[in-house]
Amino acid sequence: MIAQTLSETKAPLSEQSIFELIEVEQVFEVPKPGRSLFSRETVGLRALDGVRLNIRKGTSLAVVGESGSGKSTLLRVLLGLDKPTGGRALYHSKPILEGRASGIDFARDVAMVYQDARGSLDPRMTIGALIAEPLRHFNIVPPQDEAARVSQLLDRVGLPADAADRYPSGLSGGQVRRVAIARALASEPSVLVADEAVSGLDVSTQAQLLILLQSLQRDMGLTLIFITHDLGVASFLCAEIAIMYLGRIVETGPTDAVLGAPSHPYSAALRAAAPQFFEPLSEPLSGEIPSPLNLPAGCRFSTRCPKMQDDCRLKDPQLGKLGPQRAVACLHPLEQQ
Amino acid sequence: MKNMAENHVLSIKDLTVFRGAAKILDRVTLALGQGETLALVGESGAGKSTIATAIMRLLENARVTGSATLAGEGDLLTLSERKMVKLRGRRLSMIFQDAGTALNPSYTVGRQLGTSLQRIHELSKADARKQAIELFTSVGINDPEGRMSAFPHQLSGGMQQRVMVAIALAGSPDLLLADEPTSALDVTIQAQIVRLILQLTRERGASCVFVLHDLALASQACDRIVVLYAGQVVESGPARDVLERHRHPYTKQLKSCVLEIGAKDLVAPEGTVPSHDQMPNGCRFSTRCPRAVARCAGEAPPLVPARQTATGPLDHHIACWNPE
Repeated sequence: MIAQTLSETKAPLSEQSIFELIEVEQVFEVPKPGRSLFSRETVGLRALDGVRLNIRKGTSLAVVGESGSGKSTLLRVLLGLDKPTGGRALYHSKPILEGRASGIDFARDVAMVYQDARGSLDPRMTIGALIAEPLRHFNIVPPQDEAARVSQLLDRVGLPADAADRYPSGLSGGQVRRVAIARALASEPSVLVADEAVSGLDVSTQAQLLILLQSLQRDMGLTLIFITHDLGVASFLCAEIAIMYLGRIVETGPTDAVLGAPSHPYSAALRAAAPQFFEPLSEPLSGEIPSPLNLPAGCRFSTRCPKMQDDCRLKDPQLGKLGPQRAVACLHPLEQQ
Repeated sequence: MKNMAENHVLSIKDLTVFRGAAKILDRVTLALGQGETLALVGESGAGKSTIATAIMRLLENARVTGSATLAGEGDLLTLSERKMVKLRGRRLSMIFQDAGTALNPSYTVGRQLGTSLQRIHELSKADARKQAIELFTSVGINDPEGRMSAFPHQLSGGMQQRVMVAIALAGSPDLLLADEPTSALDVTIQAQIVRLILQLTRERGASCVFVLHDLALASQACDRIVVLYAGQVVESGPARDVLERHRHPYTKQLKSCVLEIGAKDLVAPEGTVPSHDQMPNGCRFSTRCPRAVARCAGEAPPLVPARQTATGPLDHHIACWNPE
């Protein structure tokens, strides 16, 4: 149950939820397009616009959306790297930034696997040193046990022990991702945030990594927040899904239920666009995602929506409950069979 | 493989490419009929893009043997460079993977398409402009006249790829090579571009070779599929035969890694592709193959019909000593 109406988010549900986002907005001031060279005119770019999300302890959540939908900005807010310009972003019922400022516990508890795993690793450090770095930073083990813990972590992510003496350049793309996962696990976190951790890999390497992530999540009771654009990956790895479009979550719920019978027309379009064996190629959505500098009036999906009706241009739908576990931001949700 | 020489737009035989000591393509044989779409699938290092680049004669620092015959022109691999310059864009053309880097950043897209049109059809500048606007309209670019003066960076990835498609089709080629045309795009845009390429090639009666890594997309877009592993063809034939009645263990493995929505079971294959200095002389998949037998590593299996019927061999081929 990740989406609650505002009144329900207070108690006691919030006790078991790790992250809670209430009407989070993130507006960036950017140079106005077409301004003259010396002008300082700016316009607000609404990267996040009223995001509601509740992440329970121990769940696995896929955040899905196309480029420009605000996935990465959402991630930065969750990690406390950016202060939202509006709304509240809570971690264990306290503002994320407060938690982050009050000590190293937040950084230790919430670990991140970056999209560009190779770029996130210092090329001049050996794999062993890279994994030992967070161990030392957070005082996880006494110095004499460091080497043993490094090889334990290498083993946990399926890398040979001799990888410790190698450099990132000597590893394949799949192995580099494993190192990034081992580094994230070193601080013994309870939340693992992964940004496109398996994209751009061959299917067999991707399959190996997905099985690893699934077993880590199950065995260690991790809360997994997984950003992906691949619905197949989301459906395999994550129990719950949040679908984003232009800075807002438009549908949430259990992954199988949402993908089995999407209620937002955008979710349905994403579902149909995912390649499927021998199905006829889907009728694509018309047009492209509009610029967040110039959001459409009313529902933000109305410019591309195949089910658009007159009131969609007038009223901006908020994420509201649809049944016990699901929520959708649509004035005319698709009928459920 | 007797019928291979007849009625084929493109027929590749024993195409082998060496880069230094490494054999990056090993005796690749395939054929493509008039109006057919064919997918080259496989993982990285399989040689999919190398095949397309070799046909275009754009490979550098490589030694190429074998033949690639384009109907009416002879073996592309032995033609003079002068002749190739005439053929590129007119009889065969290529859509590259990343339109953002394939387009020239310092010229407007209108000029890039116009130049191709002027060169190919020997048109005046004004006529070329008129045709360019028509082409932009046919590839679904809104406000084609306005977009003529846009630079590539002012367009979205999907629009850039549409420009690439327009440039590739400027000379109405009979053979279009599309190298992962949608891998950098979002799924909803991917569907638009693949449909566009198929529709335009069909209208022109052209044949199309797609380089893809997505098997499900290949099954939706292509009539025929060629599965490659480490530079060798392991299985080829009509899409349904290859994906649903496959007999090669690698095809089976590749297909089992595709995550369909709702799938909860996944078996990860063991190991990785061997590096070129450790490549077995025989079947290159033998180091990871669950069905490998003694002769696999030493002796390369030939590409043979996968099954016999009363009417003779089917057009479904495998290269395996111990097929499923």
